[in-house]
Order: sequence, then structure tokens, then C-alpha cells
Amino acid sequence: MSPIIQGIITIIIGVGGCVGYFYFANLFLDKVLFPARGENAGRNINRANMIRPWVFLFPAMFALGLYLMYPVVGSFFRSLYDRSGDEFVGLGNYARLFNNPDFRQAFFNNILWALFVPAGATFLGLVIAQLTDRLRWGNIAKSLVFMPMAISFVGASLIWRFVYAQDGDIGIINAIRFYFGAEEGIDPLQIPFWNNFLLMIILIWIQTGFAMVILSAALRGIPEETIEAAIIDGANPFQVFFKIKVPQIMGTIVVVWTTITILVLKVFDIVYTMTGGNFGTEILPSFMMDFMFRDDGQATAVAFVIMLVVLPVMIWNIAQARKEMR
Amino acid sequence: MANLKLTDVEKTYGGTVQVLRDINLDIEQGELIVFVGPSGCGKSTLLRMIAGLEKITGGELVIDDMVVNDVPPSERGIAMVFQSYALYPHMTVRDNMAFALKIAGDSKEEIDRKVEAAAAKLQLENFLDRLPKALSGGQRQRVAIGRSIVRDPKVYLFDEPLSNLDASLRVATRIQIAQLKEEMPESTMIYVTHDQVEAMTLASRIVVLAGGGVAQVGSPLTLYEKPNSTFVAKFIGSPAMNLMRGKIVGTGATTTLEMEQGGGTITSNYPSTDADMGAEVEVGIRPEDMVEATGSDFAYHGTVEITEALGEVTLLYFQRANAEDDPVIGKLAGIHKGLRGNDVKLTASADKVHVFHNGISLLYRDKEVFLPGVQPH
Repeated sequence: MSPIIQGIITIIIGVGGCVGYFYFANLFLDKVLFPARGENAGRNINRANMIRPWVFLFPAMFALGLYLMYPVVGSFFRSLYDRSGDEFVGLGNYARLFNNPDFRQAFFNNILWALFVPAGATFLGLVIAQLTDRLRWGNIAKSLVFMPMAISFVGASLIWRFVYAQDGDIGIINAIRFYFGAEEGIDPLQIPFWNNFLLMIILIWIQTGFAMVILSAALRGIPEETIEAAIIDGANPFQVFFKIKVPQIMGTIVVVWTTITILVLKVFDIVYTMTGGNFGTEILPSFMMDFMFRDDGQATAVAFVIMLVVLPVMIWNIAQARKEMR
Repeated sequence: MANLKLTDVEKTYGGTVQVLRDINLDIEQGELIVFVGPSGCGKSTLLRMIAGLEKITGGELVIDDMVVNDVPPSERGIAMVFQSYALYPHMTVRDNMAFALKIAGDSKEEIDRKVEAAAAKLQLENFLDRLPKALSGGQRQRVAIGRSIVRDPKVYLFDEPLSNLDASLRVATRIQIAQLKEEMPESTMIYVTHDQVEAMTLASRIVVLAGGGVAQVGSPLTLYEKPNSTFVAKFIGSPAMNLMRGKIVGTGATTTLEMEQGGGTITSNYPSTDADMGAEVEVGIRPEDMVEATGSDFAYHGTVEITEALGEVTLLYFQRANAEDDPVIGKLAGIHKGLRGNDVKLTASADKVHVFHNGISLLYRDKEVFLPGVQPH
């Protein structure tokens, strides 16, 4: 069978199954389980309405439970066992991790990532959103800035490998150096410490578009009169921006910031593709990749550390987002 | 504390769409000028041009003998109160009022002194540390007014400040603005509204804007008693003035008119010349000036279609001769029962009868009168 037909059949079964589930479950509830007739019609309608939400929510809750909650719990237990999974070692895997200088390096690098990437992407997104707001070609500029969002992390990394290439005919950094008279090309990705930032730039480049779109919408939601009132009050454009506009969209800025933070703590592709974690650029997700399938005990321990780091950011993020919605 | 002078001011959008033209106004220091006009007449645009929020595309705006066409809003010495209050939602009442002063770099003591003084004047002392969202509509509007007062501007600009308030609060705040004006007799205020009551009660002079130009400028009672055109006549006053077709049959210091509908004759105190004899004119009488006629002199004769008894007055709506005409309305003092379906004759005293020829009042025919070319309502 050709893959196209297979795909089409899969889609039909999948979508049809979903529609069928809701339709027939609803039918079963109304006609068989609690029929709206007979002497208990009123009571049955009330009962059916109480059960209906749970029937409809069941598939989502079941899938989330199976594919999200179970792995979390399972990973935690796996992280308490040794490499082969046979012997219980308690918190031994965690102890080994924190004694491992590579892990500490990855942890430190990850802190840098979690600080600089959200800050950079949010700041640039905010500035671009503001600067393109009134331009006639602002929408074109915004589309261009947004485009990297559509590229996979690996694809983006490959593009940036060219930017950072050692060959002056390919890499722009070396091209500039040669222009100013340098004799030999360098590999920017091997410069200790600073190569971390070169990798962060890639993620900032990708995420700025996201921040820009959300913040641009938020900026447009600010009542025009408050800005006019500030202009009459004598505020210059910078004061209008920082004292009137930014405080009014602070909630959105926080949501964007934390959303990117959560993403940062998950991304391993960029480091994996660009340096493979060498030259002191390891971060937790790529560090985890190193152990995966070789020492699942350690890998799940790293995964759990990542989850513990993300959790408070996530809770704050959701709380802020809910506050925004109100 | 300033006078304003607008000379041939105009506003054009995109080089083609002209919304205001030939605006000439002299505003003296201490006046409270009200801009009124139908929706879309450009009254808010004109205010925003004075504020500096809209560019003046032609003519000249002078504040205190200085041309300010290209002066930024903050340096024009104006303060503006917006319809939507436009309070800074993230700042307390105190910070809202202090914002302009902080920007201007005043000392902390001075800011505190000015803010407290303004708050006392507007009964806001107990709310200084609240955020705008914790205030009622009327309180928010007072904060907005306070924000202008602390800056001690030469000119106050109000853009429909009461439109977002409910009816009773609107009356209270209107009186507050009138009192404020009385406490600051030196300050010039310009006030935009579509509410006639606000215009009549607050204004020292009203500017009627329509069709992109100034239809008439004058004190509220001048506009009411001596409108220069049928447009102003119908725009000022509610219900609107009745306009009925007639013919001049007697001229001189007073004018005698023969009415088309009903054939009655009536006298107006408007003077006319011999040349006017036989001219087709529009005769305007306000509903509240109409009284029941007993003799042969009457202005209108028709059948009452609907009556509205309001207690203090009774409104009579007469059957229309043509469907597109506005109905003639009579507003009789007191209670009149059983008039519905009856034939009624109405008249008015000679000083209440207005005469318009080609849309322009006979009193103003030597002057230049701008006819907006739009319907007043």
C-alpha cells in the first residue's frame, strides 16, 4: 500500500474515531443510560448533564495520564535504579551527578541560558514590536522576524553553522576578521565560555519572533488615550515607552519571558547539532542525551532535575497567564 | 491664562479629505467655550488640533500671541481631559496627578503640595493611594480633572468628559465643573460635547460646528433667541424648532407672514424691506413658544396625531402634510386633556417668530453665514 493511502486511511480513522467517540458516547448517555423519558425523565436529564463533561474529557485525561503523568512517575522510579535497572541505588544517581564536573558545567551553562535567552528574546521582541508598530512596511519586517519560528532547531543550527564557519568565504565572523587583516580563520565555537553565547544567539534569533508577535498584540491593546495623555503631560517617546506602555503590558511580558524560559530548559537540539556538548557548551538536556540508552538511571535523574528546575517557572507562568485572562 | 486665536484653520487627511476649513475663532482669556455639533462635524478633531495631538494642515493657531502650530503639546500650556479618563492604570491616583510634574522635574515638596491642593479641591484626599480601577466613574473623571489642574495650564481642554458617566453623576460632575470654572475665573476652557444641556449651562460662548465649518458663534441665549440659520435654529433647543413654509405679505419694522398650511397670518418682530414683499420664507417657532390661538391670527392649523403628557408640559405632535417633513410640535404649559385627534390652531407672540430666507435668518442677511449643508440631527 502506498504511504499516501496509508496516511489518508490513518487520518480518516483518527478523525472519524474522535468524532464517533463524542457522537456515540453522547447518544449512549442520552438514549440508553439516562433516557429523557419515563417517570424519572427530569432526574435522568440532570444526571446525564452531570456525567457528560466527564465523558467528553475522558480521552484527553486518559491520554495525558498515560503519556505525561505515568512517564513522570516512571522516570522518577527509574532514576532510583542503577544503569541496568536491576539494582535499587536510592539517590545514588543524583549524588553521582552532582559530583560530576561535567554535570556542574552543564548546570551552570543552563543557568546562563535561562537568564540570557529569555531576556534577549523578550527585549528584542519588545523593541521590534514597538519600532514596527507604525511603519507602513512594519508587517513585512515582522514577518521576516517571525520566520525563524517556522524553522526547526536543527535546521536553524545548520544555518548558523555557516555563519560561524571557520572558512572566511562562508562564515561571516571570519569574513569580517579577514577584512580587518586577520591571517588565519578561527572556530568561534571553540572560544571557551563565549561560545555559549554564540549558541544562545541562535535560540534568541528563533524566539524573538514569538515574543514580538505576542507583545505587539499587547502594545496595540493599550488605550491610545493614555499615551496621548502622557504626551500632553510632557513625556518624551522613551518615557512614554518605559513609564506608560511597558508597565501596562507587564503581565504579558512576564508570560512571554517565562514561556521562553521553559522552552530554554528543554532545548537540546542546538547544542547537540552545533558542538555536541564539547568545548564547555554542555547544557542539561544535551547532557541527558549523552546518557540516554547507555545509562538510563543517570539520564532519568537529569530529566528529573530539569523538571524540578522548570516546575516553579511553569507554575508562575500559568498563574500569570490566568491573571492576564481575567 | 491665555487667549487663543484660530485663523483660517483647516484639517485635511491624506491631502484630499477635508474635515475642517476656514475656522476663525477668537477666544478671550477666562472664557468657557463649548464646541457642539452633530456627530462627525470635527469638533473633537478641532480640540485635538488645539491640543497638538493632530497636525494643523492649514491656517494658524495662536496661544498667548505665539504661533503654536508646530509646538509640541506639552509646551503649549494646555491640559486635556479625555472622555475615557485616560488614567494611567498602573499608577495610584497620586502618581497619576504627579506624573506631569515629575516629568517636568519639580521638587518632591512642590509636587506633594500641588497634588494635595488639587485633591482637596476635588474631594479626592481619601483616594490618593488607590489605583484607578478601585474608583468609580465619577471619581476617575475627577482624577483626570485633577491631573490637569496640577499642571496649572493656560488652557483646559475637555473632550466630552461626561459622556461615560450615568445620568445623575453627569449632572453632579457638570455642576462641579461649573464651580471649578468659577474658582478659576482666569483660566480659559474649551469643552467639546454633543449634549445641549452641558453646552447651554456651562458655556460663556457656544461654537456650533457642522459640515466642516463654524455655523455660528455666540452666547447660549443668542444662539437660542437669534439663530443665524435654519441649521442652528434646529440644532439648538429640544424638541427642535418648527420650520413652516410661509410668504411675506407685510414689510417694515415688523414682518407679516401668511402661512402655507392653514392660511393663517402672523407677525414677526424681524424687520424686512419692501423688496422682500411676496418672498417665500421659512417661519420658525420653537415648540415651547407655541400657544393655542383663539382669533384669526394663527401660525399653524392642524390635527393632533399624538399627545405626550409630561405633567409640567403637554407635547402635541401634528399630522404631517408630507411624509418626509418633520412633524410640527407644540409644547403647551400644563396639562391639556382630550386634544388628540382634534383640530388645533397655534400661534406665538411676535418676538418669538423667526424668519429665514434661503436658510439664512433675516437678522443676519448682511453678514457672512456659513450654511453647513447637512441635517442637524
